[in-house]
Amino acid sequence: MHNFDFVKPSTIAEAVSALSHEGAQALSGGQTLIPTMKQRLAAPGTLVSLTGIAEMQGVCLGDGGLHIGAATPHAVVAREAKAHYPALASLAAGIGDPAVRNRGTIGGSLANNDPAACYPSAVLASGATIVTNTRTIGADDYFQGMFTTALHDGEIITSVVFPIPEKAAYVKFDQPASRFALTGVFVAKYAGGVRVAVTGASQDGVFRWREAEAALTANFSPAAVSGLTVDSRHMIADLHGTPAYRANLVKVLTGRAVAAAS
Amino acid sequence: MPKDGGIGASTKRREDVRFLTGKGRYTDDINIRGQLYAHFIRSQVAHGTIRKIDTRDAEAMPGVVKVFTSADFTGVGGIPTGWQVTSRDGQPMLEPKHPVLAEGKVRHVGDPIAVVVAETLEQARDAAEAVEIDIDELPAVMDMKAAIQGGPLVHDEIGSNLCYDWGFVEENKAAVDEAFRNAAHVTTLELVNNRLVANPMEPRVAVGDYEDHSGQHTLYTTSQNPHVIRLLMGAFVLSIPEHKLRVVAPDVGGGFGSKIYHYAEEAFVTKAAQILKRPVKWTSSRSEAFMSDAQGRDHVTRVELALDADHNFTALRCETYANMGAYLSTFAPCIPTWLHGTLLAGNYKTPLVYTNVKAVFTNTVPVDAYRGAGRPEATFQLERVIDKAARELGVSPVELRRKNFIQPDQFPYQTPVAVVYDTGNYQATLDKLLELSDHAGFEARAAESKARGKLRGFGLAHYIEACGIAPSNLVGQLGARAGLYESATVRVNATGSITVFTGSHSHGQGHETTFAQVISEMIGIDASQVEIVHGDTSNTPMGMGTYGSRSLAVGGSAMVKATNKIINKAKKIAAHLMEASEADIELKDGKFTVAGTDKEKSWVDITLAAYVPHNYPLESMEPGLEETAFYDPSNFTYPAGAYGCEVEVDPETGKVTICSFTAADDFGNVVNPMIVEGQVHGGLAQGIGQAMLENCVFDENGQLLSGSFMDYAMPRADDVPFYSVDHSCATPCTHNPLGVKGCGEAGAIGSPPAVVNAVIDALHRGGFTHVTHIDMPVSPSRVWQAMQG
Repeated sequence: MHNFDFVKPSTIAEAVSALSHEGAQALSGGQTLIPTMKQRLAAPGTLVSLTGIAEMQGVCLGDGGLHIGAATPHAVVAREAKAHYPALASLAAGIGDPAVRNRGTIGGSLANNDPAACYPSAVLASGATIVTNTRTIGADDYFQGMFTTALHDGEIITSVVFPIPEKAAYVKFDQPASRFALTGVFVAKYAGGVRVAVTGASQDGVFRWREAEAALTANFSPAAVSGLTVDSRHMIADLHGTPAYRANLVKVLTGRAVAAAS
Repeated sequence: MPKDGGIGASTKRREDVRFLTGKGRYTDDINIRGQLYAHFIRSQVAHGTIRKIDTRDAEAMPGVVKVFTSADFTGVGGIPTGWQVTSRDGQPMLEPKHPVLAEGKVRHVGDPIAVVVAETLEQARDAAEAVEIDIDELPAVMDMKAAIQGGPLVHDEIGSNLCYDWGFVEENKAAVDEAFRNAAHVTTLELVNNRLVANPMEPRVAVGDYEDHSGQHTLYTTSQNPHVIRLLMGAFVLSIPEHKLRVVAPDVGGGFGSKIYHYAEEAFVTKAAQILKRPVKWTSSRSEAFMSDAQGRDHVTRVELALDADHNFTALRCETYANMGAYLSTFAPCIPTWLHGTLLAGNYKTPLVYTNVKAVFTNTVPVDAYRGAGRPEATFQLERVIDKAARELGVSPVELRRKNFIQPDQFPYQTPVAVVYDTGNYQATLDKLLELSDHAGFEARAAESKARGKLRGFGLAHYIEACGIAPSNLVGQLGARAGLYESATVRVNATGSITVFTGSHSHGQGHETTFAQVISEMIGIDASQVEIVHGDTSNTPMGMGTYGSRSLAVGGSAMVKATNKIINKAKKIAAHLMEASEADIELKDGKFTVAGTDKEKSWVDITLAAYVPHNYPLESMEPGLEETAFYDPSNFTYPAGAYGCEVEVDPETGKVTICSFTAADDFGNVVNPMIVEGQVHGGLAQGIGQAMLENCVFDENGQLLSGSFMDYAMPRADDVPFYSVDHSCATPCTHNPLGVKGCGEAGAIGSPPAVVNAVIDALHRGGFTHVTHIDMPVSPSRVWQAMQG
């Protein structure tokens, strides 16, 4: 690891100011950034920690649904979202290992937008709103491909607002080595319709499976997706699965998520 | 009634007190005043010509003491190979130079090119980024068949990528071919034994130290065999005589074979410490371990089994391509040959066996022994092809094996592949397995799985291994460039406690506990009075170290031999003190008695007399009580067993879940059942890891795709079931004094075919009868793909 400066602001304004300097990089839980720095693949001049900002912490009900501070660790979401949004809490409880869950944060995960991360599927399937220091961004506009988001340089996610569905479930199929999602499907049923978001499978990152959404909006049962086919053309090919295999998982896991939705 | 001490007691591991309280002293814990840090710059390409290495900018950076390249190692020998294999045409194998640092060419990703030595590790790493290296990339050769059919040469100077072309038993070849022509049925299977990374918890570390005034070198290293490193590095690489070279392997956090070999980093730190006159330390990162530790397996095999009309095996024929990687690691040549070909009879009375092994150089990390080493590869192909034959013939895989077993009254059994099995009872382990795994209840469990939409299958595998690698005169004929005896010095101290210096090395096996149990049993003193010392060439007798499940069978036997010398001498002293005939002296429970009398002397009376010889037969006997023995066995030992695996396959995702795993092993006598079971558990986890998860993969350009735990799947606790383990079907070894066979590798040898056989069985029961084989790891995607047809 190269040397770097470290600042830990206590307000969003201080953080924004610190990030405006050249070479500054936001640090949340550090579960991706720190290993990358240790491998000398990243060498930011200044790390601006976002975990000391009180208004970016915590889980509470509010306008529009469940508000989760962006610097809230997964373990806290797993614990505190359980009563309000059990599928989301269950997703958080299944990320990584205890160390990752107690350091890694929802904002960090969403800013990074790893194509195999769990949280993006929940955000997209819930039609959640990403709140930043300057604006709000709808989930459908936020994810713009693998490791790519609508965030501008220096923009900080401060919270995420999840509309609470009638029913939802997340089913993840583990990549055997990393235990990231080889494919993960989040299904959420709202009064206005069903949303299905898939992570881990596509070269374009998290995506909505709209054919399944239409079928499930008409008939919320596993049988509704059993006749659908998933286009494998943009699926990821790697050591752990072919595009065809991932396409199969999308369908199988969607059916299982519908069956598990509560 | 379980014993609470001595042989047969499940004594808790004394070494765990320090390991579990963080008091272990590993090589990385050793820091010597004035120590410098080495950082290796490794090739990022698999094959290339080094045009230029410019170290000037790096050498000017803060803290940098020197940047080494191969130019600093002229006059230093290459890393030697410890085993020579002879090809079918009588020619010795091709043995290209393996330089300490790359000379002119790089041959695999991770090949060391230069080393920065600096005051701190971070300074060394910073400077490494300033070393300018210009490499012309060459086409890499990855596929073994392509490599020997005109592919790019890994080593231009030897003119071929074919290291050797070995046939065994060459004299049987014509008879084997004839048996295949006359066979009623022939089953053929092509398979890959997947490449593995050993991944011991502790990565490799080496610290070199040099005393200018005495010319004394010391190397601290993560080794399974410090004497072997001293011999290889001293004699062949750095020309340092043994008395000026001390090699210390302190606590070592697992080896699994990967720490047997002499590595370039060891020679580097030893030499650099001499050049710089300061200690030099290198600690491998996990990423480096993936590209610099010798890897395991990587065989591509075609196996054929011939059967007569009564389903007797009449011949076995195999052709294997064995990947050597870019250089020959220390024992690489013997793994696919003598540790593989000689096991192809398995537990069966197949009268004719022929195997052809082509060892091939490719632009990959070198391959050598990994837990089991050759025997897992032999067992996998044999147990898979037998299962396939049973399926083709429509007979039970259990009964087909049973029919072809060597019978209990046939021991000692001369196999057609040179080795002679001393003892065994394969029916007994099979019966035990079927009982413990409730085989009778399998169909009911399968029906219950089916009701849940899952496919259940049962897989059986038998294994045999040749352990306690020895005897020296035989392995010498087979090409070994070392002896394979073991040694022990038993030093009885004046007040009766005992210090044993063993040439074996413990890196997880628990020797400090089990060896003390053996001494305790033999003399009748408490094991707490016995200390086991290992790992330092300066105080232990020349030994060959620990691998091949040999420590108790060979090292333990040396200790028994030395202890018997001690007992014989102690009896003479006792006879003198009690004015009795030596023949009448008995030793029991730590007391010497004279038969037919009430005379008695304690163990301490005798040991004290040996060191305070006031009343002592000095005219006929030396004072003191210390003996050394070297033990060279007359045969290998042959642990064997039956393994059963039950799996459930999710037909929608291909995911395999192991429902149960049962192991019925014959290890001969057992010193510490708890440790033996732990060894089996660990071996099973690694075997299941190979079967279901682990796979080291390079792309076509030689880049390592599975270069971290993000992509290389190590088994986790929830990947493996609770095991059912038994070793009650024991047929003790007939030729070592303890009757022990060894248990360290069995789990990793027997489990992979049991898992794959179970998966194939599940798929067949589910109607996927077109699936005859799935290569390991049987990952969800591979199983699903196979089901798609």
